Formats: sequence, C-alpha cells, structure tokens
Amino acid sequence: MERRTIFAGWVLPVCLVAPQLLLTFFFFLWPAAQAMWFSLMRQDAFGIRTEFVGLENFTDLFADPLYLDSAVRTVVFCSAVAVLAMGTALLLAVFADREIRGRTIYRTLLIWPYAVAPAIAAVLWVLLLNPQIGIVAHGLKAIGIIWDYRLNDTQAMLVVILASAWKQVSYNFIFFLAGLQSIPKTVIEAARMDGARGWRRFRTITLPLLAPTVFFLIVVNVVYAAFDTFATIQAITHGGPGKATETLMLKVYRDGLINLDLGSSSAQSVVLMVGVVVLTALQFRFIGRRNAE
Amino acid sequence: MATLELHDLRKSFGATAVLHGVDLALNDGEMLVIVGASGCGKSTLLRLIAGLEIPTSGQIILDGRDVAQLDPAERDIAMVFQNYALYPHMSVFDNMAYALKIRGLSRDDIARRVRETADILGLGPLLDRKPRQLSGGQRQRVAMGRAIVREPKLFLFDEPLSNLDAKLRVSMRAEIKRLQRRMGVTSLYVTHDQVEAMTLGDRLLVMHQGVPVQLATPMEVFERPATTYVAGFIGAPAMNLLPAVLCQDGTAADLGRGLIIPFADGKRDGADGRKLTIGIRPEHIAPDPAGMAMQIDLVEPLGSETVLIGRLDDGELLSVKVPGRAPADALIHVSFPAAALHVFDAETGLRLG
Ligand SMILES: Nc1ncnc2c1ncn2[C@@H]1O[C@H](COP(=O)(O)OP(=O)(O)OP(=O)(O)O)[C@@H](O)[C@H]1O
Ligand SMILES: [Mg+2]
Repeated sequence: MERRTIFAGWVLPVCLVAPQLLLTFFFFLWPAAQAMWFSLMRQDAFGIRTEFVGLENFTDLFADPLYLDSAVRTVVFCSAVAVLAMGTALLLAVFADREIRGRTIYRTLLIWPYAVAPAIAAVLWVLLLNPQIGIVAHGLKAIGIIWDYRLNDTQAMLVVILASAWKQVSYNFIFFLAGLQSIPKTVIEAARMDGARGWRRFRTITLPLLAPTVFFLIVVNVVYAAFDTFATIQAITHGGPGKATETLMLKVYRDGLINLDLGSSSAQSVVLMVGVVVLTALQFRFIGRRNAE
Repeated sequence: MATLELHDLRKSFGATAVLHGVDLALNDGEMLVIVGASGCGKSTLLRLIAGLEIPTSGQIILDGRDVAQLDPAERDIAMVFQNYALYPHMSVFDNMAYALKIRGLSRDDIARRVRETADILGLGPLLDRKPRQLSGGQRQRVAMGRAIVREPKLFLFDEPLSNLDAKLRVSMRAEIKRLQRRMGVTSLYVTHDQVEAMTLGDRLLVMHQGVPVQLATPMEVFERPATTYVAGFIGAPAMNLLPAVLCQDGTAADLGRGLIIPFADGKRDGADGRKLTIGIRPEHIAPDPAGMAMQIDLVEPLGSETVLIGRLDDGELLSVKVPGRAPADALIHVSFPAAALHVFDAETGLRLG
C-alpha cells in the first residue's frame, strides 16, 4: 500500500528536503563535477599551468599498464572479498537460522564487527598478523611458513582480503538471516517430505529462494570492496609492498594527493564513478523486475 | 499402500505435553479423519507421523517398521499442507517432479508420471506456470498432485481445503475422496469441518486435549458418541446436554421439573440418584402440545430447516431443529422421545449403555 503525505504549501516540504539536497550538492555533486572538470585538464609538475586536454587523461589511463594492473588487482580483490564475506556470512546465517541453544547471543556477537571502525579493525588485524609479535605469525612459523605480509605480495593481498571481508560479514549475515527467515517453513518441510536433504535441499530450494538477497549483496559487497576498504588497506599495507595491494581507490588517492597528478587522478575517479552507476543501475533493474513479477 | 500403527505416542514441547499417548491402527487403504478442537494436537500428530517432529516417546510402525526416529526422506510419506507450501520458484511441472528427481527416476519416467497425474487433476494446461500465477483452487490441486505423483505409502492432509471458498471446498472434497479410493493409499486427514469429518472418512477419530476419545465410523460417532465431549463436538447445532439423575431402579432418568423419561434401550447400572448427563440432538426434539414449554430467544433459519434457541421454564438452555420455517409463536411445547436419548455419567462424561 502506498502512503502519502499531502502538504498544504511548499515552504515546509522545501525546508524538509533542503538539508539533504544541500549535503548531496556540496559533498557529492560539487566534487563529482569538479572531478569531471579536472579529468579534462592537465597541470604541470609544479601546479602552475593548467591546460585543457580533452579526453587525453582517459586515453593515457587505459594505455597505462600500471593502471590496468591495478584494475585487474581490484577485480581480484573485490571478487575475493565478496565471495569470502558472503560465503562466511551465509554459512553462519544457516547455523543461526536453526533452533540452537544460545542463538540470541550467537547472533548478537556476529553483528558486533559491523560496529567497529575500519581503522580500528585494521589495527586489530595488524596486531594479530604482525610478523614479530602477532599470534598468527607464530602459529604459521610453527608449521614452517615464513610469514611477513610486509614483504610478501601474496600474503599482503591475503591479509587485506581477510581484514576487508571480516568487516563485511556482519552486514551480510544480517541480510542472509533475514532472507532465510522469510522463506516459509512449510516450503522447507515440503522439501523434506519430498526426500530432499542437506546440500541438495539447500541448493535446490533455499538458495533459489535466497537469490534476491544474494544478488543484492553481490552489488553491495563489490561496491564495499572497491570503495569502503580504503581505510582498511591504507592502515594495514598502504597499498604495498610495492603496489601489491594497491586497488583503484588507493591509486586515485596516491596519484592525486601524493603524486599530485590531479588530471589523471580525476579521470580515475570518474571511471570509478561510472562503475558505481552501472552497478547501481543493474541492481535497480533487478529489484524492479522482481517487484513487478 | 501400507498399514500404520501408533503405540503410546507422546510429544512434549519443553514442559508442555501436547500428546498424551496416542494408540491407533490404520488398515491398508483406509482413510481416517481426525477432528478436535483447535490446539488439541492434530497437526502435531501428523507432523510426528511425517517425521517433521521427533516424538518424545512411543512408536510409529509403518508397514511393520518403526519409523519414529527416521528422517522424513526415509519414510515415503506425502503431506498436503494447509497453505500448500508449493516451491515458489519452480513451475507446476517441477513442483511435481521434484520428489521423483530426488529418487533418481529417469527423465522419461518423470515426464510420464507427472503428465498422468496432471491429467487426472486437470492440471495439464498449467504445467508451465509458476505457483504465483495460479488461483487458490489450482494451487490446491498442484499440492495434491505433488503428493499423488509420488505414489507414497501414506497420505497426510492437514486441513487441505480450509483456504478455499465453500463451493470449491465441496467439489474438492468429492475429488479427494474419489482419488483416495482410486489410488487406495492409506490416508490421515485432519479437518475442522463437520461435513468433511462425516463424509470423507472410513473412520473418524475425535481428539480432545492430546488424547483420542473415540475412534469409530462417522455414523457410529454421531449415533453413539462415547463421551459428552464427542457428543457436543460432532453434529451441528451441538447436542443438548442436560443434568439428570437415575431413577426407577435404573430404568429411567429424572430430568427434574417432574420429567421422568424411561430408557428405551434397557436398564443402566448404578443406584437410583446416580448423577447423569442426558444428551438429545436438536433435530430429535419433537414439538408436542402436551410437552414442556420453551421460550424462544433466537431463530436461525437454515433454509429447509430452522434452529430455535430458547429456554425451558427453569432457565435451562435448549436448541431445537424443526423442519421448514419457524413457528409463529415465541412459545412452543416440546418433548424428548425416549429412543433419542443419550445417557452419560455426569462425573466421567462417559457413555452409559
Ligand atoms: N513447536 C512448538 N513448540 C511449542 N508448542 C507447540 C509447538 N507446536 C505446537 N505447539 C502446541 O501444541 C498444541 C497443539 O498444537 P497443534 O498445532 O497440534 O494443534 P491443532 O490441533 O493442529 O490445532 P489447530 O486446529 O488450530 O490447527 C498447541 O497448544 C500448541 O501451542
Ligand atoms: Mg493444526
């Protein structure tokens, strides 16, 4: 059912909407427009002269092997984070959905990580994983693995994936649990009567009924991994060693604020922006279609 | 095709005992209807048999094998749920084929069996639809089809028709009966509906607070209810139950107000003065100018009959069913034919004789 409020004049509605619009304007539309503008410019190394170069920043970007490396790295990173975060969350949600003892405590504990600030979470991970004093390093050393994510590219990638996924598990868990609980119990019972058990029942009944949630979470997780993991990666590896964990987001930051190549950095953020728009449009279309059915 | 036996089946949820020992034996191919007030444990009983719940104690013997601890998958029992519980993401065909696929039947066999069942139920043109594209009655049929196509040992129905409108319910009732006869599958059918209870089953089981109180043919339950509970539960409007005492050496009941009715079917045990409950169905009470005066409070016309609800001169409530229209007077005179009396012990509620 649709709920509508009818306002008599236009002053009140404008006042109610204005703060949102202003915020959106100053913190999103304005910087976005600026980025688009700068992406068409080139500054010299000292920031003295600025000239209009058209789409040259973009063509340079897509010809730059370093940028393409970073893009591939980001895709790998995002997929790994999404798969790990969603897989873990789904597993936990399936258990939490059962009638188990201490279910409420279990659920509450699982939601906690979501409330931890990214930088603090990163510090926790740094402590756990520290090559000298971390527990994990000790454990790995005991089984003969030399652990130093500050030197080893693969290990560094693993660490940022792990830390980023961990943060997102809670969020996914809440959605998966809600999704599982909205599946009618009798449908599952009918499947049990039909002889379906375990993994088979999960794959043929539960998972398809969970598909809208899965799709929604894929988009959310990819967006999260691409954009919201900046603080986590920055705090743990700064994108290193070398460029081993430098995602597109970190590259925007490094090129713009450290290397001061504003034109290229802006072009990169415009590309990212287009990425988000595409993902969101995809999601809206999908959700719209589900509702229309 | 199978026989089913329950031995002292009990179920508690935590501290609340729901079933207090159910014993039951179903013959091969029989349709047993279970009725009882809401919350008496009918659904729980079906779910125990289905394997969706594990009994606290007792045995469920299906075809000579105790299945009480087995997973539903190992029992070969099909159930039709009240809300149908169709798989929303599957077509009608896939809904019906699901169990067969799990059993590993060949594609051809599955297609053949689904089509045969769909033809029986008139679902042929709907096989490609999703459940949300079906009407309530069609969903009900699919739910039936999903159970039938499996050719299980046992059918369980938990109020399968209660979500349908009255007309559809009548036709589906007839159809279920026809299908059950034709397939000869042993069935348990839970319902709230008096008519379903009377017409559908070979035998009727009346449950009360987690215990079976009477198991007999529907007509026998109606004609010789075993307790005052059954007497009040089966039949609409409900049987009148009046207090009385035994008199004349156990050959008659004294209903007070000078009304003494001799038993038509012989002497009852016990000393004179034993407290009784006398039951008489509203349709058996006869208008009689020489009988008791009854003040009519409420008239319920049912079309071909009319139910009159009123009070005797000492305030005792009574309902009477008369053929045709209501009498013009607000005061009528009635009498209780001796042959129509049901005699119960007032304390235990058990039938006497
Ligand atoms: N999972 C459960 N946990 C606790 N109590 C339960 C559970 N399932 C049923 N009960 C209780 O068991 C009793 C019997 O329930 P049941 O569903 O078998 O009744 P029913 O005879 O089918 O009633 P209705 O005619 O309303 O469907 C009820 O008092 C109910 O509250
Ligand atoms: Mg029930």
